[in-house]
Parts: sequence; structure tokens; C-alpha cells
Amino acid sequence: MNASEPHGFLLNLGRAAMLVGVLLAWHVLTATGILPPFFFGTPIKVFYQIWVWFSTGTIWRHLGITLLETLLAFFGGTLLGLILGLWLGLQPTASALLSPYLKAFNSMPRLILAPIFAVWFGLGIWSKVALGISIVFFLVFFNVFHGVREVNPVVLANTRMIGANQRQLLRMVYLPSAMTWVFASLHNAVGMAFVGAVIGEYLGSVKGIGYLILEAEGIFDIDAVLAGVIVLTICAYVLDLIVTAAERHLLRWQAH
Amino acid sequence: MITPAVSLRDVTCAFQPRTRRDTPYTAVRDVSLAIADGEFVSIVGPTGCGKSTILNMIAGLLTPASGTVSVFGTPLSGLNRQAGYMFQADALMPWRNAIQNVMAGLEIRGIPAAECRRQAQDWLQRVGLRTRGEAWLHQLSGGMRKRVALAQILILEPRILLMDEPFGALDVQTRQLMENELLALWSANRKSVVFITHDLEEAISMSDRVVVMSAGPAARPIGEFVIDLPRPRDVAEVRLTPAFLKIHAAIWDTMRDEVLKGYHQHERV
Repeated sequence: MNASEPHGFLLNLGRAAMLVGVLLAWHVLTATGILPPFFFGTPIKVFYQIWVWFSTGTIWRHLGITLLETLLAFFGGTLLGLILGLWLGLQPTASALLSPYLKAFNSMPRLILAPIFAVWFGLGIWSKVALGISIVFFLVFFNVFHGVREVNPVVLANTRMIGANQRQLLRMVYLPSAMTWVFASLHNAVGMAFVGAVIGEYLGSVKGIGYLILEAEGIFDIDAVLAGVIVLTICAYVLDLIVTAAERHLLRWQAH
Repeated sequence: MITPAVSLRDVTCAFQPRTRRDTPYTAVRDVSLAIADGEFVSIVGPTGCGKSTILNMIAGLLTPASGTVSVFGTPLSGLNRQAGYMFQADALMPWRNAIQNVMAGLEIRGIPAAECRRQAQDWLQRVGLRTRGEAWLHQLSGGMRKRVALAQILILEPRILLMDEPFGALDVQTRQLMENELLALWSANRKSVVFITHDLEEAISMSDRVVVMSAGPAARPIGEFVIDLPRPRDVAEVRLTPAFLKIHAAIWDTMRDEVLKGYHQHERV
């Protein structure tokens, strides 16, 4: 460890001080009218709104739906990306055939698909899950797809020499090797899964944090909008921490 | 005549050019070579002389353009299932710890996990890593990783051992330690060994026979020397004996021109 690196306790203290400082500045600026509270909200009202949501329990069915959509999109997209990335990575002919279309799909801003998904899957959770999957999938897929071609050829040859057949190679070499690239994309994927869910909810829903935010915006309740944003941010951050913990465990063989 | 463990007859191997305008690169041409059961043979030669190509053909990783490779009298097709291959570079699976790497081959053969683990622990002990089974590879030194690789191969009891400059990346002391350990393991249970190296001293101190290759392209063996130094040998001590120096001088005499030739060819490219 670097000697000049701050101590753990001091570091956390500094971070907390930063948060308090920003909230304080927000409060002072809006209380004195330098920033109009109509556009910027006030921290006290925002946290009061969050408190009301959680104490009355009205938020749970919205938060539950948004989290469900996000998790389904996250796991569905990751799994599909991993499977298809591995498969196409190992099939030069199929990948050569499909590569221009995959690139076109990837460069297309997938949010424009939201209306189509709404028509196909209705206003329930599945249109949001589909949107989330369409975003997460490509993130994971391209990482795995390029990663498969970079599997260490010596490790591959060695594992073949000790007797592995194609299926055993997949399990013993390609899959564990692919986990490195999967995790490289998962941190982005967490945020993107939320984007899919919330954008889907903006475009048409009757439940979810996105719906809550949209509803508040409709009556110019900027405090509730910001409260929704903060709740979502905390959820995304917690999910990212879980991904980091899983990464630490599954990639514990790597030198740090 | 006794069937040799490995025999190459008039083997040629060429690599396809990258672009259509280039001509194919012939790595080795008309190589004939036989390795007896239990014999330790080293192949030495200048860089780019196709030593590894020969080894890869014996392993079945490369298919010769013409000629035949036979293993215990049977023509080889596909991978050589009688052979263990020790690569020059790190070839272990980094997501497995030491003991999981050693037992990988048994696992592939479908042997129950408990039995795999028992045998792997036994082999770790034999290569001097009894307590390091749970270590990840990055926690082991270069020499230790080579021992794990050796155990991973020997646990499968191959009848032929193919080694491609296995100790090339190690420092001199570790290298001599590993050479002595390999000789000890080998003499306990004699297998045929084909050992590739560019280090003539390493070749002489370990082998029963040294084969000298010409410079590439279209390399071929240009000399064979029987090493009749008494065994067991200590690779560090045997290098100081007059008999060793005499053999060394004789082989170097054959090799020198080829090394220079190989050197100049690389310079031109």
C-alpha cells in the first residue's frame, strides 16, 4: 500500500464531509433564494418526501416493480450476452455472417425501440424488461465475443493435451476466461438496466419509480422528482456494490 | 527390431502464407528421427530451426504436409494421447489453484473428485509443493509453476514426455534445480523424453542423445551425438568433467556454422 494513501477512517470522514457540504450548500442556496426552489427543490422537502414514501409504504410497490424489471433485464441480458458471445466467438462462419448486423444493432440507439416494445409487450413489466435486455445484452455480448478470441492459446493447447474435448474446453477454459470480460461490462450493465426500466416507465406505465417521477413532474413537484432520482441512485449503487462483491469472489484468482 | 516410442519418417511441415503472393514457409523438410522407449533425446539448433514444429507434430498439434509420424508403431492421427506436453510459456489455468490444476487431467478422464484430489496431493508432494496446493498461480514463483505443470502432466502417466524449452524462462539456479528434479523423476520411471532447447549444455547434461538441427527454413537434423556420461548425473557438476567438455566441443563444431547461418538469416529479415 502507498504510504501517502489516506487512512480508511479519515477517508470515510472526508467523503461524509463532502456529502454534508453539498447538501448544506444546496440548502443555503435555495433557502436564500439564490437558486429558485421551484426549479431546484430543497433538500429538506426532498428528504421529507422520501421519508413519507417509506414510512407510509407507498413506495414499495413502485420500487419493487422497477427493481424487478431491472434485475430481470440485468440477468437476462447478461446470460444471453454470455451465451451468444461464447457461441459466436467460437463459430467463425456464423460470426462473419452476422457481424455487420450485430454492429448495426449495437450502433443503433436502442431507446428508440421502446415504443415498439410497448406495442409488442404491453404496458406491463415485460416491455421494460425487453428494453433493458436489448441494452445490457450488447454490452456483455461484445465483451465476451472479443474476449473469446483472446483466450490464451497456450492454455488452450495445454488443456487439449491433457485430454479435454470441446465441451470440457468450454467449461474449463472458455467459460472461466469469459468471466473476466463479463465482469468488465457488468458495472456498466447495472446502470443500463436501470435506464431501460425507467425510460420504459416514462413512456407508459402505471407503476414504478419512473412512473412516480413522471407523475410528480406533471404537477411540477420538483422535490418528488429529485426524491425519485435519489432513491434510484442509491439502488443502482447498492447493486453495483453487489456486483463488485461477486467479482471479488469469482475473480479471486487474479493478482491485485 | 524394437518398435520405437516415436518415429518420424521423411516428415515435412510447411506453413500457409499470410497473403496469396507469399510462398509457403517450409519449416522442416525430410526429417527422419526415432526415439526409443525410455530414451531421453534433446533436439538443439539455432532459433527458427523448427524444433518446436517437430515437437508439435509429435504431439499431434500440427499435421505434417508429407511423411508419417508413428507412436509405438501406430501412425498418429489427431492428438497424441500417449504424450504429455510441457510448454515453454505458462500454460496452466490461472482460475484454478495449484492442486486443481494438477488434478485437471484426471477430472477430464471422469475419475471421482476425491480420488483426483488424493492423487494430485501425492504428486504435489513429489514435486516439492506439499503445502502449496491451495495457492493461486500468481502466488507461486516461476519455478513452482513449472513444478505444478510437471505434476499436471506426470499424473496422467504419459509414456512420452514432450518438453519445449520448459525451463527457458527460469534463472540459472532454479533451472538447474528443476533439471535435476526432472532427471530424478525420469529415472524413477523411465519414459521417452523429447526435450527441445537452444542451450547445448542443458541438452548434453540431461540426455542420452543430442540431435542437432540445421538452420531454417527447410531445417533437418545434421548430426546425432550419443551422450554416454554415467548416470545419475548432477547437471551442475557434470558440466565440469572432461568427458562433457569433449562432447560439447564436438557438437559445437557441428552447430557453429548453422547458428551463424540462422543468425544472419534473422538479420536479413
